[in-house]
Amino acid sequence: MKAVMASLVAAIVLLFARAITAVRAIWHESGPPRRQSVYFANHASHGDFILVWAVLPPRLRRRVRPVAGADYWLKSGLRSFIGRDVFNAVLIQRVRDERDGDPVTIMAEALDEHSSLIFFPEGTRNQTDLPLLPFKSGLFHLASARPDVDFVPVWIANLNRVMPKGEFVPIPLICTVTFGEPMRLRAGEQKEAFIERAQAALLELSPRQAGNGE
Amino acid sequence: MSATGYDMLLLVAGIGGVLVLASLVGRILQWRLSPDGSNATIENLNARINAWWIMAILISISFIAGRIGVIFLFAFCSFAALREFVTLTNTRRADHWALAAAFFIVLPVQYFLLWTEDYGIFSVFIPVYAFLLMPIIAVVRGDTRNFLVRVAEVQWALMICVFCASHVPALLTLTIPGYEGRNVLLIAFLVIVVQLSDVLQYVWGKLFGRIRIAPNLSPSKTVEGFVGGVASATLIGAGLWWITPFTPLQAGLMAFVIAMMGFFGGLVMSAIKRDRGVKDWGHLIEGHGGLIDRLDSVVFSAPIFFHLTRYWWSLT
Repeated sequence: MKAVMASLVAAIVLLFARAITAVRAIWHESGPPRRQSVYFANHASHGDFILVWAVLPPRLRRRVRPVAGADYWLKSGLRSFIGRDVFNAVLIQRVRDERDGDPVTIMAEALDEHSSLIFFPEGTRNQTDLPLLPFKSGLFHLASARPDVDFVPVWIANLNRVMPKGEFVPIPLICTVTFGEPMRLRAGEQKEAFIERAQAALLELSPRQAGNGE
Repeated sequence: MSATGYDMLLLVAGIGGVLVLASLVGRILQWRLSPDGSNATIENLNARINAWWIMAILISISFIAGRIGVIFLFAFCSFAALREFVTLTNTRRADHWALAAAFFIVLPVQYFLLWTEDYGIFSVFIPVYAFLLMPIIAVVRGDTRNFLVRVAEVQWALMICVFCASHVPALLTLTIPGYEGRNVLLIAFLVIVVQLSDVLQYVWGKLFGRIRIAPNLSPSKTVEGFVGGVASATLIGAGLWWITPFTPLQAGLMAFVIAMMGFFGGLVMSAIKRDRGVKDWGHLIEGHGGLIDRLDSVVFSAPIFFHLTRYWWSLT
């Protein structure tokens, strides 16, 4: 029963996301990713992972799990149903004292079960005017733990304009999700170097065209 | 079968015939010149023809569904067009409520007013009420940066995407003596003339185009395409007099006005795209770009066609 409800809700979310954003994927020239991947994306809205999930081909969508903050997604019964049952999120406790396991280990275990992940390396939603906040070290630790998984930069454009912080009515605007070239941790690559490379690869995908406000 | 139904069937058969012919030509060109899909122009041509099939079928379904079907179709077009337009504007956080009102109040109300056939309020709701209320909603947030630009952009978006576009289904509200129950054919006349004018400008331009007519705005438009397209659309419009309340000469003149407004409307919308640094308004229609890329000439010609017809032919 719960599973039926979950797939029904998933279909509604998909329809709603498409009606509001007409979301469209812009793939890297090598086409949609074929291998198990960690999609790391910029984070400005609670809906970010939904757009990445929505544009993936159904075959990939079934295998992808968003990594999300347990403090947010376990707060109420509805959120927990959406986070756990509908999107099968990998829930990470962001408050250090309340952790009952190492986040990187939990994510690595999800990868070992052949899932792909949607991950936001900035660690929190970006509410600033900067295009990207400095990455936390989680991305590097995950790449060190599973060095043969592809890390794919993903830029989500315009969703922050659809629903800015503090608003609850979404404005219909066209959003795009741009996928970059898959990357991996190089042999002997240090934390700073990898993080810098990943940030640059993600920023490279951000649109430069006019019309996005500032 | 009623006369209207018979004319409609004839029209659908004609359009179907044209599309079959276009598909055949497209396939032959592909087979001869681009068997491996390497010729971008021919691939785009075939994508466009396929999209035409879908658009023609959607419009036919809405015609069969009657007034409510036509209103819903154009309300959806307005929604998708407004979504494309607002994406390219300079709106800021402070415009959030104004934009929400544009999408979820102004747009539905405009089409509801169309449904009630109350022409007085339909014709002033956006130019007067939305015009004055939208900046009021925006100003209470206190953000003055680019204020006039932001307010003007939202107003323009509403005029183009909702007000002007709603004048296509508004043709159903006219009362023309001796033309009762046939108004849907006026929409068919407008859409066929304006879209054929676009297509024929493209075809004439591809075949004979030499001199570019507006190199800064639209590099693919040529003088030869413009003259050939408008002239042939005018002739086709005259030839379609039997579905209108007009004489052949009047139908030709109307078609000429429609084609001219459509052409210049296309240029205006191109200027906005160039300014914003985009090639297409969106990606809704495969091979054509966004919905506005297809609708631009319709929105510019519809209100003029509506008012000319209303002024000289309609009782309401």
